[in-house]
Amino acid sequence: MIAAFALLLTFQLAGEALRVALHLPVPGPVIGMALLLVYLIIRRGPSQPLRQTSGNLLQNLSLMFVPAGTGVMLHAGRLVDEAWPIAIALVASTVLGLAATGLTLHYLTHGRKAGETP
Amino acid sequence: MSPPDSMTEIWVYLSAQPLLWLTLTLAVYLLAMALHRKAGGHPAVNPVLVSVTVLVSLLLATGTPYQRYFDGAQFVHFLLGPTTVALAIPLHGQLKRLLAMGGPLLIALVVGSLTAGLSAYVIGALLGASAPTVASLAPKSVTTPIAMGIAERLGGLASLTAVFVIVTGIFGAIFAAGILKRLGVKDDASIGFAMGLASHGIGTARAFQINEQTGAFAALAMGLNGLFTALTLPWLLPMLSPLLR
Repeated sequence: MIAAFALLLTFQLAGEALRVALHLPVPGPVIGMALLLVYLIIRRGPSQPLRQTSGNLLQNLSLMFVPAGTGVMLHAGRLVDEAWPIAIALVASTVLGLAATGLTLHYLTHGRKAGETP
Repeated sequence: MSPPDSMTEIWVYLSAQPLLWLTLTLAVYLLAMALHRKAGGHPAVNPVLVSVTVLVSLLLATGTPYQRYFDGAQFVHFLLGPTTVALAIPLHGQLKRLLAMGGPLLIALVVGSLTAGLSAYVIGALLGASAPTVASLAPKSVTTPIAMGIAERLGGLASLTAVFVIVTGIFGAIFAAGILKRLGVKDDASIGFAMGLASHGIGTARAFQINEQTGAFAALAMGLNGLFTALTLPWLLPMLSPLLR
């Protein structure tokens, strides 16, 4: 468990180092995720402890949102002042994103199949 | 010393220690999870939403500033980093499926990701939201650890983004399947991919309740959108900002 956790932290650290060195606009942990993906492809999959530790972390992903989410108390004034623009932007962009993704993939996979069937 | 005085003294001591709010964060979360299970996993009884509501109430009731709370809760917050790295494991698990459907998935990813991110930014800006609010809105379809990192780079507020991400996820979990069916999108792959892309982990959890296949595509879309948004938004938004002012 500790070895697997150390491996995750090592990739995060490598990601942070690359971000600073190359002035990348991508968060360090995201670069670490990409590096780990390359490592997994080379190694042909994760070791059992790595799979288990990652599974435990990902299962409790919701918990890790809580400290940042509680920061909403710092923004109560902003949320009240800008309630309408925020609510409309959130709902409309989520519906647009859903529709754009779903329709594009559906058309590309099923539109073509429908055309091929005689 | 009278009992009330010693109670006050214990409170004064404990409330200054990181241990108290770290413990309370975990305890409140466990209660919220129990409530979530009791509600049959209903997406509206979201454990994050319940935990945040309870913790904010406790902090306001005891007059504790957020900074004091975060001194304790930061140990949980820190785990977001290694957990983001760990997303590579489910992503690797979906690699074969990704390669098999590679072209259509990548096109849907680019179209969907840009639509979700840019429309939030443009709609928010046109309706008169302030610059930090708009920058915090843009990455709202991406999973929290990535979204917070992107928002900070765009001049947004990480904690405000976390709130937007969670609200987006809950909205998607409740309404996405119905909206997609109405649009005529009925296959598992498209429904799952759209849910994961537009409403990240919370949408993915909901997609797994529909069936395995839908869930797998949602997990794939969540990971890909996190990576793609992190790579594109920080470059695209500065180009858009002069158009809006």
